[in-house]
Amino acid sequence: MNESAILLTNIDSVPGKTIVEHFGLVQGATIRAKHIGTDTLASLKNIIGGELKGYTKLLQESREEATSRMIEQARQLGANAIINVRFATSSVAKGAAELFAYGTAVRIE
Amino acid sequence: MLDLALFLSLLTIGYFAGRVTEHRHYKSILLREKASLRLPTVTSNMLPEVDQIAKSFLVTGSCVISIDYFKRILAGLRNIMGGRMTAYETLIDRARREAILRMKYEALGSHIIVNTRVETASIFSSTSQNGIGSVEVFAYGTAIKLKKTL
Repeated sequence: MNESAILLTNIDSVPGKTIVEHFGLVQGATIRAKHIGTDTLASLKNIIGGELKGYTKLLQESREEATSRMIEQARQLGANAIINVRFATSSVAKGAAELFAYGTAVRIE
Repeated sequence: MLDLALFLSLLTIGYFAGRVTEHRHYKSILLREKASLRLPTVTSNMLPEVDQIAKSFLVTGSCVISIDYFKRILAGLRNIMGGRMTAYETLIDRARREAILRMKYEALGSHIIVNTRVETASIFSSTSQNGIGSVEVFAYGTAIKLKKTL
């Protein structure tokens, strides 16, 4: 079994593969606050509108972090794929956001 | 007096800069949407024939877009009278389409994206007081690569 590659899908199966074992829910979360520099730049950008690249990058990185935590958990269980992956975002405090990823860890063949 | 001058100049900057960025963004969105038309993105999780599938993987795309100052004031006025908030509609439309496009670009080389989900979250800035102003859109789905091209 290749340990490094855990397959992720957000459908009920891994197409072309059969699920041989279920390990239940795995999850990963991270809470991130923004850098003050990014925040200041963003408030300037708020005047003219447009994409806030700093935020996009920050949220992307946070989501990757949450996903990698979920993958780590799945790996510890001995799974080699995670199906039905879902993402959720919630703001817990002003200027901070929680990124949450969850799915079902399975072993496929 | 100085406050008023600042307010008016912010309004003007917001109006013109916002219009230019929005126009430019829509132009690029339309162009890229046309270019990526060959990759169908569907919300159902109906799969192609199982024996044709070579590979499947999760693809994601996200985008944070902020509204400009002029539109924010406009939306504030609209809040009093009620009705359609066109200012916010274009903001969210742009963010969604951009996020989906980014997801599609991550799926380059595959043949279909199934079970696409789009999520929207509003971003609160810790410095500005008036809550909504920017939205984050996150799109994700499962890209499927077939064994031979159709």
